[in-house]
Amino acid sequence: MKTYIIQAIRLTVVLTILLCVIYPVVISFAGKLSKGHGDGETIVVNGKVVGYANVGQSFTKPQYFWGRPSAVGYNAAGSAGSNKGPTNPDYLKDVGKRIDTLLKYHAYLKRSDIPSEMVTASGSGLDPDISAKSAEIQVKRIAQYRKLDEKKVAQLVADHTEGPLLGLFGPSKVNVLKLNVALDQLK
Amino acid sequence: MNTELFGIIATFAITLLIAIPLGKYLAKMFAGEKVWTDFLKPVEKGLFKLAGINPNEPMNWKQFLKAMMTINILWLIYGFFELIYQDKLPLNPDGNPGMTADLAFNTIISFVANCNLQDYSGETGASYLTQHFIFMFLHFTSAATGIACGVAVFKAFRDKTTTELGNFWNFFVKAITRLLLPFAIVISLILTFNGTPASYAGKDQFMSLQGDTVHMSRGPAAQMIAIKHLGTNGGGWFGANSAHPLENPNYLTNMTEIIAQFIIPVAMILAFGYFIRRKKLSWVIFNVMMLGVMMLMIPSISSELGGNPLIAKMGVTQATGAMEGKEVRFGPTATAYWSTLTTVTSTGSVNGMHDSFMPLTGLWQLLAMMVNGFFGGCGVGLLNYYIYLIIAVFISGLMVGRTPEFLGHKVEAREVKIAALITLLSPFLIMAGTALSSYILVAHANADWAVKPSAWLNNPSYHGFSEMLYQYASSNANNGSGFEGLGDNNIFWNVSAGLVIFFGRFLPIIGPIAIAGLLAQKKYIPESAGTLKVDTLTFGIMTFAVIVVLNALSYFPALALGPLAEYFSMH
Repeated sequence: MKTYIIQAIRLTVVLTILLCVIYPVVISFAGKLSKGHGDGETIVVNGKVVGYANVGQSFTKPQYFWGRPSAVGYNAAGSAGSNKGPTNPDYLKDVGKRIDTLLKYHAYLKRSDIPSEMVTASGSGLDPDISAKSAEIQVKRIAQYRKLDEKKVAQLVADHTEGPLLGLFGPSKVNVLKLNVALDQLK
Repeated sequence: MNTELFGIIATFAITLLIAIPLGKYLAKMFAGEKVWTDFLKPVEKGLFKLAGINPNEPMNWKQFLKAMMTINILWLIYGFFELIYQDKLPLNPDGNPGMTADLAFNTIISFVANCNLQDYSGETGASYLTQHFIFMFLHFTSAATGIACGVAVFKAFRDKTTTELGNFWNFFVKAITRLLLPFAIVISLILTFNGTPASYAGKDQFMSLQGDTVHMSRGPAAQMIAIKHLGTNGGGWFGANSAHPLENPNYLTNMTEIIAQFIIPVAMILAFGYFIRRKKLSWVIFNVMMLGVMMLMIPSISSELGGNPLIAKMGVTQATGAMEGKEVRFGPTATAYWSTLTTVTSTGSVNGMHDSFMPLTGLWQLLAMMVNGFFGGCGVGLLNYYIYLIIAVFISGLMVGRTPEFLGHKVEAREVKIAALITLLSPFLIMAGTALSSYILVAHANADWAVKPSAWLNNPSYHGFSEMLYQYASSNANNGSGFEGLGDNNIFWNVSAGLVIFFGRFLPIIGPIAIAGLLAQKKYIPESAGTLKVDTLTFGIMTFAVIVVLNALSYFPALALGPLAEYFSMH
């Protein structure tokens, strides 16, 4: 028994050096070669960081494309979904309110035009994407607020729609932050 | 829609393409035959020398278990104190506090046991030191422990009569150097180059496009996320686990992570056949398990794609299916696919929030964890299945009126007793836990704990009951996913789930190894015309029937009160 205890302690120390120091430090150095230098990829506008490319942020102003509802208000110091069950009456009320808000800002929409992802909270609370359909329904509102040609805004959405992986695997999507950065540059 | 389906088919195909040769490799490697990774021998030699271990020293089943338990208990003690004092230790750039004693108790058991139920949130509850030196360390070592125990069972059935199960340290270290670490390096590089942070930089702050101040949690996550999947661990860096856009940035990383968590459980089954030179047996087991997985997966995908009927009533379109708790970049198909594989294996990482899935998907998730033998965790999946096999052999023996035999060894009262006790352990832990928590919820709703029982449940009615049932099912299966709405960071849940995890981990390892050790000592009986053949379709079906009957009898009442009642209430 005593030999096992000593062997266990020594093995734990040796493996700690291998697995918790050497391995992560090597990967961390390799990560310096990646796009975000291993710190996470940022988006820079006029020399200032405005966000992380993969992480959603809150857009509530009418001149921007909106992302999905977030259970944590896009607070990236944490992350969480709503964890509301599908039959929870309070949750269903929240969904109803979100539909009403969307209809208020987009008087031209019918209920059936609204994709469900725009009224349901994402898993992380930081979902950076919406579907192309969800961006399209906002085009008219944004064109009106920004006094832009609707076609131009619609074209912007089309340009920012990312297809499936290799054109074959997974859903297509629109990164809301990247779309809005491009929108600000649109004349 | 179709591209989503192609996505999971491709993912599944790649999994098999990797797992099948990997199984062959593992069998050879653990048997000590020549393999291409033998260039790592000097590294292992160095490790053994520094640790003062002779890897060739034989162990019988009792010695094997003693060595295994010694090092696991060492990690429990060391990790407990490190978690409590993490605020006073280095590498804590975000200044996170130390854990309370009950939270540290739950957390350390959970990680030692390969469960990774997390009652804390990574961003605010752990330092970079504990994330790496405890969580990531245990991601490697708990998986290697499971694999080593699996290999001991392999060993027992290869040799006709033996008392030696091999050397625990040898299997354990080789599982790390020849399997987990090399794969972890490749996977963490894929993640890093797709946007997962890998540096030690602390929280970032910036002004968002519309002018809000945002604090962004980061850290060396890629290294840990790679092994969290590979070792069927599941404990993530960020609170939202693999739904977090830095933990799982795009569809490619999603494919990588879901492949990573399934290859070793599949490969271990095939390795069993190669190792004991009965390939047909492992293919029969593989097919029974795959049948089980498909029966859980196909209805899950279908119910998520169908969307929430109560939201459909509000008039919005659910063209992409049920989206609450899911991420657009994965879509419901890949999220449902993931939810099945993460619950049949003991991974428990999530890329969508299980609490918000449709009631029937919740049912399949629960059932996957209750069965806990369709591939299962690294190494231990086979041990769980092996208990079902012994029960099936016993029942078949009774049916044909012969002494039951398994691979040339008589299965007698002592072995069947152990198997029966292990089989009964799961329903006991899950049901007793859920009953106790339900009682406290009703009778002591205002107990003065960190979270009052009246505030435990995030959802009312049947779904609230499912949250409690899920917590214990997940703990017992060492799965670690949760219906995360449950307010579980308080003394009741931390302690009760911690105990369930502990017993749910170690008894189902000790039991099968004891049975294997006992059987291997017995005289070998050569196959004859009267031998029950275990590598046939008939016996495969028999085992499947045993699994279905045992689990239906154990869990149907509880499932009826939770997910089934919720399903019928919404239709």
